[in-house]
Parts: sequence; C-alpha cells; structure tokens
Amino acid sequence: MACGTWYSSAPEVDLLVRHLQRAGLNDISLSVPAGQTLCIHGPSGSGKSLLLRAIADLDPNQGQVSLGGIRRESVPAPQWRGLVSYLPPESHWWQEQVRAHASDWNLATLEGLGFAADVLDWPVSRLSTGERQRLSIARSLARTPRAMLLDEPTANLDPGNTLVVEQVLSNYQQETRAPMLWVSHDPAQRERVALLAREIIDGILQ
Amino acid sequence: MSGQASQGFIALGHTDLLLAATLLVLAGGLSWRLQLGIEKRLLISALRASVQLLLLGLVLHSLFSTQSPGLIALIGSVMLGIAGYEVWSRQARRLRGWWGYGTGVLSMLLSSVTIALFSVSIILQPSPWYHPQYLIPLLGMLLGNTMTGIAVAMNTLGRETWSRRGEIEARLMLGDKASDAIADIRRAALRAGLIPIINSMATAGIVTLPGIMTGQILAGGDPMEAAKYQLMIMFLIAAGTALGAAIAVIIMAHRLFDDRQRLSLRRLSAANDN
Repeated sequence: MACGTWYSSAPEVDLLVRHLQRAGLNDISLSVPAGQTLCIHGPSGSGKSLLLRAIADLDPNQGQVSLGGIRRESVPAPQWRGLVSYLPPESHWWQEQVRAHASDWNLATLEGLGFAADVLDWPVSRLSTGERQRLSIARSLARTPRAMLLDEPTANLDPGNTLVVEQVLSNYQQETRAPMLWVSHDPAQRERVALLAREIIDGILQ
Repeated sequence: MSGQASQGFIALGHTDLLLAATLLVLAGGLSWRLQLGIEKRLLISALRASVQLLLLGLVLHSLFSTQSPGLIALIGSVMLGIAGYEVWSRQARRLRGWWGYGTGVLSMLLSSVTIALFSVSIILQPSPWYHPQYLIPLLGMLLGNTMTGIAVAMNTLGRETWSRRGEIEARLMLGDKASDAIADIRRAALRAGLIPIINSMATAGIVTLPGIMTGQILAGGDPMEAAKYQLMIMFLIAAGTALGAAIAVIIMAHRLFDDRQRLSLRRLSAANDN
C-alpha cells in the first residue's frame, strides 16, 4: 500500500463501548485497543450480530460508544458508520458492475484477496457467493475505515480463502492500527487472529 | 366552455340508459354461462356507479344553484378525504399510523387542490372564482388522476424498500447517507407513478380519444374547443401527478429512516393483499 495516505499520520484510536443497551443485549462494556483484535463468540441468537450492529448505530440502542476521541453522537451517523465499518455475513450489491460499488478500489487489496484488476468490470451476477463475500471485504476497505466490526467474515469461504481473508485483514490492521471486533465460530480462527476472545451468552458478555 | 359553442345535443332519456344497461346484462349473462364468476361483481359495480353518479348529479345540481363557498369547501374536503383513503388502501406496504393516510392526503392537497385553485383563479377565471361548475369537476379530475399516480408511487416505494432492504443497509454500513442509499428506489417509485400519464399524453388523439373530449363532443361541443379543454386538463393532470407523487415519495422515503439515518422498517406495515 502506498505511503502518505491519511492513516500514516493518524493517531492511534481505541474502540470503547460503555453500558450498551438494546433489546437482546444487557449492559455491554468492552474495549479494543488500537491495532488489536477482540474475538466474540457464543451460541446462535446470543446477540453477537446485535452487538456489532448496535456499535455501528444501525439499530436503536443506548450507551456510550467512541473511537479515539470521537464520540458516536458527536458526528453524523453516516460518518460514524464510515469510521467503524460493519461487515455483515452476507454481502449485498446494488449496481450491475463491481466497480460502481466504491470510488477508490485498492488494487493491492484485490490482489491479496486473489482477484485480478479486471474483476472490477465483471457483473455482480457472475460472481459466486464466496467471491462476493471476498469482494465485499475489498469494498469495505476501499473506504479506509478506522475500525472494523467483522460479523463472521469467512463463514461462506473454504479453508484456503479463509486464510487469504485473514491475511488481508491482518495487513490492513498492521498498516492502519485499526481496532477490530471479530465474530467467529471457529476456535482455531480465534487463535490465529486475536489475542483476546470473549463469549456472549443470552446478551451478556462474559 | 362558452355557451354558444353547443350546436344542440341529444338529451339522454331513461330508455337510452336502460338500453345501455341491457348490454351490461348480456355481458353478465355471458359471464354466468361461461362460469367466469364476475357477474356478481359486475352487477355490484354497475349499481354503485349508478347510485354514485346520480347522487353526484343531484348534489352538483343543488350546489350550482346555491354557490355557497362553505358547501363547496366541504364537498372538496370530502373528495380529498376519500381520495386519501383510496391512496392508502392501494398500498401493499404502507407507513404505519397517521403517516400512511396523511402522506397521501397532504401530497394531494399540495398538488391537486393547489392546481385546481390555480387553474380557476388564473386560467379560467369564472365569476365568482370558486364557481362550482368549474372548481368541482376540475378538482375531481385532478384528484382522481393524481390519486392513481401517487398510490402507484407510494406502493412501489414501500414494496421495493422492503424487498431491497439488504441493499439499502449495505450502503448505510459503508457510510452512505440515507438519502443516497434509497435514491435508486425513490427514482423507480416516481417513474412508476408517472409513466401512465406520460404515456397517455404521448398517445392522446392517436390511440385513445380522451374522456373529456369524447364527453364534450357527444354533448354537442365544438371539437376544437374540446381539444383545447382536453389539453389543458392533461397538462394540469400531468403537473399534478408529478408534483403530488414527488411530494409523497419524498415524505415517505424520509419517514423510512429515523433521526440517526437507520432504516426503520418497523414504520412499514405488514403486506396487505389489495
């Protein structure tokens, strides 16, 4: 990745969540230091996606959430969602061609994910579910978020592509020091990508 | 319409109406014979139309003789209220609560009613300006036509927002503004509402002979005068539909997001089959 982009001079930011409340979640507090990944796991329906969506302010919720010195309520909601990018387990596309979904694709990221540059001219309908999922990661990173909320980013991928995605996200984290919150069912993956892991049961973070 | 334009017309007697009704009975008999199952609905709608139109004739007759502004305002409000209900009932997924009904009424008030008032006070200039012979039929024409366009636009917006919620949220997640995330759907909704009137303007006089012109010619009017009236009405309807549908779509699309620009599908009702 080229030098001189914004993040080379950006200060390190931590992701802080204090007393987060919403239907299905009970008073969640956590912090993810800059450059680190916190893995979240737990049974289906325990509130993992609810937590990530609440932090991204996609559903109504109460509590304090901040990134570095930026309080969530102090910036317009779209700007906040651009800062803390939520990546859902299933990707959606609204234009015919891949290229139209971002203005500033990073070719190195695409290459890291196993795509040639001409993938941008493909129609989305030609892509498999797994290809769409990998491209949706490139689409998110093209907006250079300062934190990432990853909701089972490799759920639809084979073991080879799972490692490819882990590598791309790890590279991005090393370059930007972005804190990451990563929901994963796979204990081996949690070992690989994070030093920290916490379990969520019935909306309560253990 | 000036009085001397009428070169005499054939007044309809009760027998003439009965003859036309006989044709309808034939159609109903055919439906019964072929077991198409529409004879009952045909009968009910024919009866409804008869009662409604004769009542309207009665009301207009007494209205024209009194010319009471209060009564005209009352009748206009009733027409607006009923048109608002029609718009509301024709949507599969509508806004919950008063927003669902109010959005349709407000957009018709700002389009149809304004344009009807504009056309009597600036274009036609009858005396007095609220003369019911002009105001009420114009308002009826405008409401009836913009109602359809607004209903189609709002129905499309509700349905498409529901089925493409994944796309809308995907854009929100990436940091797009709510207005950008729903822009494509808003455009599609507006287009769906406007296509019928645009098409009917394009084919007017070639494929179809529009209703007002037909009625005026049958009632003995000069074809050239009838054409001019038809043109004016079409322009008013097209402008009213475009304005009304745009207002309705803007309000509804805005209401589908909350103060933090989250897609708020709870504000959309469950699907109704109409």
